[in-house]
Amino acid sequence: MILALLDRLGARPAWLRWGLLAAGLVSVLGLPWVLYPPVAADILCWGLFAVAFDLLLGHAGLLSFGHAAFWGTSAYATGLIAIHAGVPFPLAVAGGAVAAAVVAVPIGLLAVRRSGIYFAMVTLAFAQMIYFIANQWGDLTGGENGLQGIPREVPGLDLSDSFVYYYAALPLVLAGLFAAWRIVHSPFGRVVAAIRDNPARARALGYSVDRYKVVVFTVSAFLSGLAGGLYAVNHGFASLQEVYWTTSGKVVVMTVLGGIGTLWGSLLGAAAVVRLEDWLSTSGFDEVGIVTGSLFILVVLLFRRGIWGTVSYLLQRRRAAGAGMRSAESGNGTVRDPAAGDRPEPSLVKEP
Amino acid sequence: MFSVVATAVRFYVLPDADTLSATHPAASEVGMTSTTRTTSGGTAPLPRAILSTHGLTKAFDGFRAVDEVDLAVAEGTVHALVGPNGAGKTTLFNLLTGFLPASAGRIEVAGQDITGLPPEKVARLGVARSFQVTSLFPAVTARAHLELALQAGTDLGRRFWRSDRLLARFTGRARELLDQVGLAERAEAPAGSLPYGQKRALELALALALDPRVLLLDEPTAGMGLEDVDRTVALVDRIRAGRTVVLVEHNMSVVGSLADTVTVLQRGRVLVEGAYRTVRSDPRVVEAYLGAGVA
Ligand SMILES: Nc1ncnc2c1ncn2[C@@H]1O[C@H](COP(=O)(O)OP(=O)(O)OP(=O)(O)O)[C@@H](O)[C@H]1O
Ligand SMILES: [Mg+2]
Repeated sequence: MILALLDRLGARPAWLRWGLLAAGLVSVLGLPWVLYPPVAADILCWGLFAVAFDLLLGHAGLLSFGHAAFWGTSAYATGLIAIHAGVPFPLAVAGGAVAAAVVAVPIGLLAVRRSGIYFAMVTLAFAQMIYFIANQWGDLTGGENGLQGIPREVPGLDLSDSFVYYYAALPLVLAGLFAAWRIVHSPFGRVVAAIRDNPARARALGYSVDRYKVVVFTVSAFLSGLAGGLYAVNHGFASLQEVYWTTSGKVVVMTVLGGIGTLWGSLLGAAAVVRLEDWLSTSGFDEVGIVTGSLFILVVLLFRRGIWGTVSYLLQRRRAAGAGMRSAESGNGTVRDPAAGDRPEPSLVKEP
Repeated sequence: MFSVVATAVRFYVLPDADTLSATHPAASEVGMTSTTRTTSGGTAPLPRAILSTHGLTKAFDGFRAVDEVDLAVAEGTVHALVGPNGAGKTTLFNLLTGFLPASAGRIEVAGQDITGLPPEKVARLGVARSFQVTSLFPAVTARAHLELALQAGTDLGRRFWRSDRLLARFTGRARELLDQVGLAERAEAPAGSLPYGQKRALELALALALDPRVLLLDEPTAGMGLEDVDRTVALVDRIRAGRTVVLVEHNMSVVGSLADTVTVLQRGRVLVEGAYRTVRSDPRVVEAYLGAGVA
């Protein structure tokens, strides 16, 4: 969150940057005071998941509709490691994330041969396969009953209180967010963004487009796995829900709602969706899916830039308007700057 | 686990093996000394063909856009490819750079068969191209475009754990290239905001940044103003040292002042090939294409 703010606000005045940084820090640290701690921890997990997803959708331009495969694989793997090896939960979660990455490599290798909606279809198909395996392999996963009794242990800490667990999980989440930010702002990230914007030109420069896509896909899966593992530990069990397609859909909704390609917007999107679902279910409303589904359609139709995207668009337009007046005074004319508000609205699927 | 290792190895180890980057440092130096220059005085014995095609054919649904073309581009020369619209020049470039698969025939670079190689491998063999239809990254600044191209010659692209401030090492060279194509003032402008002529200039700079052995330019001066055309001609004349240039060009005065050899394509076939002076007076060419514009 913190670094997030730093990133997106790179071009903004220092006071705003530090102000938002402080606000982000305070809200992350204060979350379990204002929310029911298990819900606060859910927001952390889904937030990291959505950021990992945006790394793929927003920065690589790849719409996966099978990210539940990585979240869920790690949920089960983390649970199994924690149950059978009895290691501290961060180790189990790390193992789960590695398992997610391992699953991602073959899926990525096959999926990157397609683009646009076909890429989404291939990832969905593989996620359904993982779901099928998890369902069939009941001895290991508990089948319909889920994998029960996942312990959360760290020597010297009593984590039975969710309030404490929140702060134990926070460093891992922050590390994951930092990794996503670092990747976007690495030499690798530049190439990935270039491939997203103009793959033919990237190839003409000598970049192996498919290899970069597989790597960013795998990294996204690893971070999704980190999130899924923390989620399983938070709840003490992993269920088929974790590998079900609705989970893949939910993370799409969060990222789109937060703002595709904004990275940190995904945190806001995740928080909003988790809060909404929690509120709906505690007020006795069962058809949560209908609400999130409608929300998704609304955002896609009316609100393409999402929360973060819209706010920064409006801010930048105001600033651009101010700058325009100034340069008109000095006789320079205005210079269009795509980075400052002229950027087109993002789209979910880039057709090949 | 195995597949992870395998992919990591493919991505992180192999690229060096299939590049010629060792013999061909991509644009990290200012000098262009990577290939020995054969001075093409026109009378010297013909240098070897650095790029050649043999019966190269591309058929689109039976329509032969490129039809059994045998081309031999001598090392160190500027080789112009001319012909009326639809003659197959761009299609030929797409074949040479791996953007289109050939229907038949072979392509060789420095004696190595590159038929069927993907574009990125062709690029890493030192064959760079510019596009007839400008192909840039609209939101990226002119400077960052060149940094991206310069970075392609290194393994920095794999460093996802490092800061992109590392790319500052390319900034100096990037500015030099921008200066060469007359974009020094526009270094920080996003490519999408550049006027057409400057986009063309950036397109050219991108190909140059790869410091290629063979440079394929598809109508580099199309749509440029007279001044920009002159600068581009002077630039190509300067950067031809140490490399081979294949030039698709409709402007015959540009062809006349740059080209050592001219190949005239018509309906996918080679009509005539030779020195500019002989080609332009060839009756077949006059009839097919050049007459009105040049004579
Ligand atoms: N992808 C494609 N599918 C079908 N036909 C194509 C394709 N690409 C090119 N052609 C056809 O092949 C022929 C040659 O086109 P090409 O673009 O190579 O011509 P050119 O010599 O570059 O012309 P210009 O001077 O206008 O750029 C044209 O008739 C064109 O319509
Ligand atoms: Mg053409």
